[in-house]
Amino acid sequence: MSLLEVERLSKRFGGVVAVDDCSLSIPKGSIIGLIGPNGSGKTTVFNLITGFIPRDAGDMRFKSRSIAGLGPDRIYGLGIGRTFQLARIFPRLTALENMLVPVRRAGMGGLLARAQWGHEKTRAMAMLEFMDIGSVASMLGGALSYGQRKLLELAAVMMAEPELVLLDEPAGGVNPALLERIADHIRRLNAGGVTFLVVEHNMGFVMNLCTELVVLAQGRVIAGGKPEDVRANPVVLDAYLGA
Amino acid sequence: MNAARRFAPRVALLLVAIVAILLPVLEPNPASINVAVFTMMYVGLASAWNIMGGYTGYISLGHAGFFGLGAYTLGLGVAHLGIGPGYGPFALVPLAGLLTGLFALPIGWIALRTRAATFVIVTIAVMFMLQLAAMNLIGLTGGTGGLSLPVPRWSGDFYNTPFYYAMLILASLTIAVSWWIRRSKFGLGLLAIRDDEDKAMAVGVPTRQFKLAAFVISAALVGMIGGVYAYYVTYVYPEFVIDPLTGISMVLMAFLGGLGTLTGPVLGALLVEPAQLSLAYNFGASRLYLVFYSGVFLVVILLLPRGIVPSVRDLTIGWWTRGGPGRAAGPSPGPSTPAPGNVVAP
Ligand SMILES: Nc1ncnc2c1ncn2[C@@H]1O[C@H](COP(=O)(O)OP(=O)(O)O)[C@@H](O)[C@H]1O
Ligand SMILES: [Mg+2]
Repeated sequence: MSLLEVERLSKRFGGVVAVDDCSLSIPKGSIIGLIGPNGSGKTTVFNLITGFIPRDAGDMRFKSRSIAGLGPDRIYGLGIGRTFQLARIFPRLTALENMLVPVRRAGMGGLLARAQWGHEKTRAMAMLEFMDIGSVASMLGGALSYGQRKLLELAAVMMAEPELVLLDEPAGGVNPALLERIADHIRRLNAGGVTFLVVEHNMGFVMNLCTELVVLAQGRVIAGGKPEDVRANPVVLDAYLGA
Repeated sequence: MNAARRFAPRVALLLVAIVAILLPVLEPNPASINVAVFTMMYVGLASAWNIMGGYTGYISLGHAGFFGLGAYTLGLGVAHLGIGPGYGPFALVPLAGLLTGLFALPIGWIALRTRAATFVIVTIAVMFMLQLAAMNLIGLTGGTGGLSLPVPRWSGDFYNTPFYYAMLILASLTIAVSWWIRRSKFGLGLLAIRDDEDKAMAVGVPTRQFKLAAFVISAALVGMIGGVYAYYVTYVYPEFVIDPLTGISMVLMAFLGGLGTLTGPVLGALLVEPAQLSLAYNFGASRLYLVFYSGVFLVVILLLPRGIVPSVRDLTIGWWTRGGPGRAAGPSPGPSTPAPGNVVAP
């Protein structure tokens, strides 16, 4: 069954067609790679799915329910998390506070009550430990290294237990050792039932992490399938070389 | 050492509370109590302003408008309900807060569609619109002639004391609300909005509702304080109760003490207001204190850009931990993060 269904999605910015009649189907439990040359519209697809920018045409359904027109906070509340291409965390909050910001479902009662704080803090610490950054819990976000921010961002997104997580270049600007750790975290979270849609330039990373790939060029889906097939596909090679 | 760190703030708080409560006994001179009334008023105002401006980072320069709304609510309420002088008018203070909060709701709904500099301008515009309305709705407000309130028949020595306690109660209420917000998930959401609003949305923070709630709470508290002020001075003139300088003073005090901290605005008010009043008394009605304000602003911006409380906290934490890593060791926020701005991608 498809967890997320994107149907004939389009978006233009002035004269630029960023996303053009794009359809995607993300099966539950998968790790799908979304690849394509620079400027092919990958980030824009993420921004459309998560409600950051309005679509021009098309529809998006999460668990068979249309999420088109909902704001980012609602979409996160429904169970779709995301990270940003350049890791974004809250610089003036501590790492632990960063973990406590995510709101699962907006209900005023839960926000004002302090009863669950203890429980939530325990979960946040456990998640930080899981990501191997438990030692920086009391440090300000702004004082963390870029790699630590990447891990913190992913850890925080997981706090509301999203079913689908969109990762925008998780390997970007990260050293090879950390890269392997990030891939490992994603695999373990996936084994725990979380579905991933991953945008990534690093082909090695994508090839050994993803079960399936979708290739975007100039906003259009030009190919898809098993990683090894996609790699051998001449249309894909053309798109990368021609870009 | 750890115990000292934990209990020192509580002991300090207790001492401050005792001094604040006993002040009219310790220093019964009416002139001193008058200074204390205004100082406590600004402790409340700066703390209330900080709930919006400090926690969310949305700088309102128009909170004087809410101060005026509260003042008018009290003045009109007393007149229309025929409440005589004495303690009766104080009963209308919660109403002043309620009505000001209700008023702030649509204002915030509109103003909070904008961000950063535009928001600042909108708040100033709203304040001047309220002032214009107060001047021109003569049937309701008495126009520029103002409204007068009944004068309590308390003795000269005692006269200021009830107002001092009213201001003390409101300041305490404001600090308590601010403390509670700072420790709640709601407050954490406000701080997240201050740091990166789009990112906050991406992790489920209902930013629109949170900002509006903070705005309304902040305005309602300011409105209540405006109500007590109106009764204290027994006159409500549009230029006095909706004075842009009142709004700027709150901001200055919060900035000086430490924006977004609980104790910063309190400290800022305790330092600035008595100094400002003594200037006003010693140099007559001249607007010399404006020079003083500008001077304080410059000092804050040049020497203590984050305010007194965060700077001192960093120093003491550095001393406690002998320079070890910790919260204090972090670089000042901002430059190390890739442009938050209002652009979504990349
Ligand atoms: N907010 C925006 N305003 C205008 N043009 C944009 C905006 N976001 C993306 N674009 C354009 O849309 C196209 C796709 O960009 P993007 O989705 O960031 O590509 P990718 O993530 O695949 O590198 C590019 O041509 C880019 O310049
Ligand atoms: Mg991109």
